[in-house]
Amino acid sequence: MQLIKDQQIIDNTWQYIADDDEPKSGDISVSFARWQRDKQQLLAHEGKLGVRMSSTDSVDELADDLEKLQLIELDFPDFADGRLFSQAWLLRGRYHYQGEIRAIGYYIPDQVFYLARVGVNAFSPKVSEELSDIMNKLNDFTVNYQRSIN
Amino acid sequence: MYQYTDTDQNLVDQRVAQFRRQTEQFLKGELSEDHYRALRLRNGVYIQTHAPLLRVAGPYGLLNSKQVRKLAHIARFYDKNYCHFTTRQNIQFNWPKLEQIPDILAELASVQMHSIQTSGNCMRNTTADHLAGVCVDEIEDPRPYCEIIRQWTTLHPEFDYLPRKFKIAVSGALHDRAATQFHDIGLHLVKNADGVVGFKVMVGGGLGRTPIIGQVIKPYLEKTHLLSYLEAVLRIYNLYGRRDNKYKARIKILVKESSLAKFSALVDKEWLQLKDNNELSAERIDAMCAQFSAPTYDDQAAEDQSFAEHQITNQAFATWVKHNTADHKVAGYRAAFISLKAPESPPGDISDDQLDAVADLADAYSFGEIRATHRQNLILADIKQADLFVLWQKLAELKLATPNIGTATDMICCPGLDFCSLANAGSIGIAKEINEALDDMDYIHDIGDLKINMSGCMNGCAHQSVGHIGILGVDKKGTEWYQLTLGGSSENNAAIGERLGPAVAKDKITLAIVTILDVYIKQRLEEESFLDMVSRVGITPFKEQVYATH
Repeated sequence: MQLIKDQQIIDNTWQYIADDDEPKSGDISVSFARWQRDKQQLLAHEGKLGVRMSSTDSVDELADDLEKLQLIELDFPDFADGRLFSQAWLLRGRYHYQGEIRAIGYYIPDQVFYLARVGVNAFSPKVSEELSDIMNKLNDFTVNYQRSIN
Repeated sequence: MYQYTDTDQNLVDQRVAQFRRQTEQFLKGELSEDHYRALRLRNGVYIQTHAPLLRVAGPYGLLNSKQVRKLAHIARFYDKNYCHFTTRQNIQFNWPKLEQIPDILAELASVQMHSIQTSGNCMRNTTADHLAGVCVDEIEDPRPYCEIIRQWTTLHPEFDYLPRKFKIAVSGALHDRAATQFHDIGLHLVKNADGVVGFKVMVGGGLGRTPIIGQVIKPYLEKTHLLSYLEAVLRIYNLYGRRDNKYKARIKILVKESSLAKFSALVDKEWLQLKDNNELSAERIDAMCAQFSAPTYDDQAAEDQSFAEHQITNQAFATWVKHNTADHKVAGYRAAFISLKAPESPPGDISDDQLDAVADLADAYSFGEIRATHRQNLILADIKQADLFVLWQKLAELKLATPNIGTATDMICCPGLDFCSLANAGSIGIAKEINEALDDMDYIHDIGDLKINMSGCMNGCAHQSVGHIGILGVDKKGTEWYQLTLGGSSENNAAIGERLGPAVAKDKITLAIVTILDVYIKQRLEEESFLDMVSRVGITPFKEQVYATH
């Protein structure tokens, strides 16, 4: 499926590998639990690596590995769960992570302006019809009151 | 008072456009009920028993006459000719049509008002002392800091989806009139040993189902660190506050369950990493203070003799002055309360015509400014003593001069079962019944300082747990009953009221209140207030009499 990255619609080149599945070739992401379990094995993988964070995972525990990761997916269990907004801020503001931060799961298009401000630069839609809505809502405001990432 | 910059205006205009799009999407069926609910709440729109309710922000309670005329216009054109002032200095409309709310918000934006974050699990309107800038016991005016916090909290990208709602209050006076000990964060302007003003920070206070008195987390915080410290508290709350149970999701539960020491250590660890990057400059503070500079007072105001003479010749005026005006820091001026507790109207309600008239009075006598109080009244804060007599006459004609501020009939009351979908029991009707039972003003004045707070359900919108007398509506198998508490206070001597005994039936509640007041009249010491007597004798003498008749 397509997604939005840096305000452009692009094709997704990443595959998520479930905890019990064998890694495939290409760019893959795994759960934070699997990353902790199989880190050494995964580092030998040819292709880029990403980690999928849930709202209860600790960004602090991933801090030392950030240089090895090109993608961090923030997986929204529910749009009302605001923890991932702080996790995005910590990744960019505290740990200066430079790779892709992608919102996935059950966030809503009306949150993407805020998500972009806290450092999320890619948005995976639930359905492809959402792409244009997400793109429009990235520009809901031209002004803001407080310093954040963007 | 603060005037919007282009940034402020653009922000509220863009917010109106955003909410208009969201509402259109919802009405076309393109946005689910659940998603739209979260978005409308963040614009102050509840769906109540009869219709949507729109809650408009009154930033730290301060309004100008143009804004009040706009409220009158909205009440007249979009609602049923009245609006309601809340305990958090906000304004509610009870009967707007959902499809018209974007138009109402555009009307508000045209006078520098909005309804952003007046509900929902986000940072709410910041409240302040209603006598800020004019009271005699002030260390420093809290309003510039309230405006700085208002801007910081508004559309904060990281903290708009918190575990639960989050309320901040600021007081700059010795006497806490902003209930800072019952807020998620309470800020008190204080002086340190060197005489430098900073903030005492309290955290984890709150009312509602589990009333808790806030604890001091920082006895002294330099002003420059205000926003970085708030950011640290909010980040820790956002990351660690409970999200599994909405009744345990407020920051007060996180502080209580983790202990203040542990919570404070987490905040400090976060704050130390932030504090040098996001500081409030002295220039920004000075520029904001300049927005709240004092009006040009008449330095001859105290020379007027008529004020004293009118009080001697007109007992009714003297009574109003005693109860409905407060001392002012400038000689010859007083702050005048406008009572929204006339016996015939629901507490906190005001009509469109009254709003227009109040705006005119503010222009004529009080530099065009009006304030909303925490007890659902209004204030004209800068009245020359020579103008008080004519102001009183005009307010009396408008039925806005009931001399009951701070007395038994100055009740705080939520909308209750009449309007609210959460309520278990009526409150407005009970307030009316108590008013009718206490129809003798001399008796009310003899009782003196008394705060009766009445909520129609556990959510406690009328802060019953900190009322000197608290009344809480409960549902017992489909009938309305009322739980009484005594001895609560939201001021410096913060206390949560003690439960008197079993709930009282609806037809006995007024009798119970009258009985409590009779016990007080009979057993009080000379000059002893109701609250002082309750703390001296406890609840037993009241309990014996109230339940003796049951």
